[in-house]
Amino acid sequence: MSKSIPSAPEIISKKAAAQKIVTVAGEIHTDIVKKHRKPEMSFPIRSLQNVRYDVKRGHFEILGKTATRTLSYNTVKTFAQSMRLLATTKNDLLDRDDIAGKREVYYNSKSWGECRFDEQPESDTLLDDIEAMLAINREQLGYIPEERGGEVTGPLVVIDQDPGSGKDIHIDCTKLGTGAWSIPSRVEHLRFEAGRAKFILAIETASLFQRLVHHRYYEKAHCILISMSGVPTRACRRFIRRLADDQRLPVLAFTDGDPYGYCNIYRTLKAGSGQAAHINRFFCVPQAHYLGVTPQDIHDYQLEDATHPLEEADIKRAKDALKNDPFIQHHKEWQAALDHMLKLGVRVEQQAFAKHGLNFVLDTYLPDKLKKAKFLP
Amino acid sequence: MAKKNGGGPATAESMAQQQRDISVSEFFLKNRHLLGFDSPRRALLTAVKEAVDNSLDACEEAGLLPELSVDVEQLAENRFRVTVTDNGPGIVRQQIPKIFAKLLYGSKFHRLRMSRGQQGIGISAAGMYGQLTTGAATRILSRIKKGKMAHAIAVQIDTRQNKPAILSDEEVAWRPTFQAVDAAGQPDGEPAVANHGTSVSIEMEAAYQRGRQSVDEFVKQCAIVNPHLTLHYRLTLLTKAEKEGTTAPATPASGLKSQASAPLTPVSGFRVQGSGFSSQVSAVTYLRAVKDMPEIPQEIMPHPHGVELGLLMQMLKDSTSRTLRAALANDFSRMSDRTAREICERAGLNPKANPTRIAHQESEALYKAIQDTKLMRPPTDCLSPIGEAQILAGLQKEIKADFYTAVTREPAVYRGNPFQIEIGLAYARPQENEGLGNEEPMRVLRFANRVPLLYQAGACAITKAVIGVNWKNYSLSQPKDALPLGPVVLLLHMASVWVPFTSESKDAIAGYAEIIDELTLGLQECGRRLAVFLHKRHRALEAERKRSYIELYIPHLARGLKDILKLSDKEEGKIVHDLKKMLEKTHLDV
Repeated sequence: MSKSIPSAPEIISKKAAAQKIVTVAGEIHTDIVKKHRKPEMSFPIRSLQNVRYDVKRGHFEILGKTATRTLSYNTVKTFAQSMRLLATTKNDLLDRDDIAGKREVYYNSKSWGECRFDEQPESDTLLDDIEAMLAINREQLGYIPEERGGEVTGPLVVIDQDPGSGKDIHIDCTKLGTGAWSIPSRVEHLRFEAGRAKFILAIETASLFQRLVHHRYYEKAHCILISMSGVPTRACRRFIRRLADDQRLPVLAFTDGDPYGYCNIYRTLKAGSGQAAHINRFFCVPQAHYLGVTPQDIHDYQLEDATHPLEEADIKRAKDALKNDPFIQHHKEWQAALDHMLKLGVRVEQQAFAKHGLNFVLDTYLPDKLKKAKFLP
Repeated sequence: MAKKNGGGPATAESMAQQQRDISVSEFFLKNRHLLGFDSPRRALLTAVKEAVDNSLDACEEAGLLPELSVDVEQLAENRFRVTVTDNGPGIVRQQIPKIFAKLLYGSKFHRLRMSRGQQGIGISAAGMYGQLTTGAATRILSRIKKGKMAHAIAVQIDTRQNKPAILSDEEVAWRPTFQAVDAAGQPDGEPAVANHGTSVSIEMEAAYQRGRQSVDEFVKQCAIVNPHLTLHYRLTLLTKAEKEGTTAPATPASGLKSQASAPLTPVSGFRVQGSGFSSQVSAVTYLRAVKDMPEIPQEIMPHPHGVELGLLMQMLKDSTSRTLRAALANDFSRMSDRTAREICERAGLNPKANPTRIAHQESEALYKAIQDTKLMRPPTDCLSPIGEAQILAGLQKEIKADFYTAVTREPAVYRGNPFQIEIGLAYARPQENEGLGNEEPMRVLRFANRVPLLYQAGACAITKAVIGVNWKNYSLSQPKDALPLGPVVLLLHMASVWVPFTSESKDAIAGYAEIIDELTLGLQECGRRLAVFLHKRHRALEAERKRSYIELYIPHLARGLKDILKLSDKEEGKIVHDLKKMLEKTHLDV
């Protein structure tokens, strides 16, 4: 785990972001009134087809493919909405130092008359487009995610700031009782003290996280526990990345043993996603490794009778990943794991260890795996 | 088998007592449905139709632009008087009784020439129907020229002998008078008075009902298919209260306009009051759209291929020629001296034989020889098509549409009879024409020799041909084995020296393959033109839709740029202007 750690992403000032919007709008204006040609907007294509697994940096890097939206009968509505959304972003968020949620953006458009968004997915998509076009992630434009960013507990002090006074607030994540600290949507300003922690354990399900918290597993194992609740949000990924970079901690992922856990949750945590291809460099945790549950664990821990058959969607997901996912294609171990799973035809959940007793997972499985230290890349 | 007579079996003598002539009139009495008098509603229409047919034939034959008035008046619950007046040449005094009160008397049966009437049954049958149902006489007024008095004659038919019985006969100072009405049904200007013409008036048991098979529809279709005709139609109905014998509500003497009624019915109504009666009167005038008379059709000899054996024998018997060859050459069309000789040779007959002596077997051989001989098609100058321009004028006059087209096919022949198919098509504006819409079956107006056919649409070759065309090729939807849907009015006309009706009531045209083929070809031509129009219109609508869509969003685009770049209103306006120009240029070229 001594690979070169990429530097933290640059933080763009609100003024610079606003200037970027003015530049884009100015080009469009010039096209229309001076050059008399149809204006265009181009965005990088955001899908697995347009990413490369950058082994050195450890994340998906976007390739050069871009989509161009030329003003036409078919695009005039989207074009108009883009301009109005850019205007709102610049004038109402950046210039006024305000924030807005995705749903608020959708409702805000209701004052635009014919140009309004009919459904929230429309405004969400357009927001993604704008983010990609400007190459500035939307958090920096003032858009806050609605979803929760995950929860943290363990030997960690997070140094946050009071939104009013700007004074430091020290949050000791061991002193939160039976609860945990919620990762905020913006994490760039956080500082950390985690001298006693040896690694970070990122857990898929909230219930297993609760079990580990309940039994104060983090004290025994000297680790920081993070609950991801499924695919980690951008904020969660960014938090883990910053914490790991800052405290030079290894990251281990513990998910259900199924194609979704491998290819969606873990892969997105480590290398980013196709959807966010243009900003993966901020939202990835290249130092992460995979702890379990692996297909081999099914044999090693006698879980054969605690599995479920793979469903159609699981099989499709696994095959797709083998065929199209640059991350899986790069790692032979992952290909072997997926093939193994397809051959077994079953998936296994994190909770399956309860077969051997409720606390088998923290008494036996986790210590065992940590001792062997044989992780998937 | 003979019926039993009294107690014992019938004998030849007793049976002979039962056997006697059946007069045509008696036959009609028992078979009135054959002539279109099977229901009271239909009887009213048939009477109007027969009278109008006669009037129009007479006017056209005399080269007079026809002006008609059709007056339908309800006298009691189920009693009506039909009066049809024309500005035709009039009828000489001696002929009047026979024309109106003798069945199978007329000028048209004996010759092959295109005309509305064919057999000489129609008007006298209408008179007889009136006589049978009401006992009233048929009243005729006719004046043949200026300076002469008109004859006023009341006749009945002696049904036993098929002979007219004259009830009264006097000379009166009558002249045909026509009162035009305006769109509201009110008198429009002074009445027009003609120097000659005929008026026939029949009282009958009848019923009036609106709709596709009404007198209203008939006169309207007459006006469409005879654009050279001016027709004044007046319908007087008793109100419900009077029919039940109660006192009529006090209504103003006149001038109370009713709401505009359905487009195919008289467009106005007003009430009149007098001596305790009040009636609902609606009147409409269909003005002529063209001043050209139809070509007067030429009379032709029968074509040999259209003559059946019996008729052939009759014609040979009646021939004035002295040799078979001459009879063939003189009494038939397309029969040269040489062809006549050839046929005689083929039949093994002496060309010099006396035609009246040609015996049964020999005429059969002759018939077969004729069928085997290739002959020129019959001449077609005996046909007088309406003409494409006139069809368009007629449609444009009565149907508000965005697209009109008409096709007059070249003449063709079925069974030796020349005929010609004409088709007009109007793609109507649904909101301005009742009963027409995108989801409604198209309206099919059928005509034979310019006479509207309102009954038995399903049995008619025209309907079959329309259904047989695949209208989906022409952008109309069409349920299986049914008329296509759409706001379309189709006018189909068959002109022929002899229209092959399926029955004497002349409702439906028989489906000869040649007729169906011609109809189909004409329909396909109209269909292609319709498809071109619909395609163009679709593109224009599409362009309009795109234009308004683009214009909806361009201002927002400009507004966004204005807000970002802090532009002035003027600069914003320029963006809108430039964008519209740019997008419309590339996206709206039709």
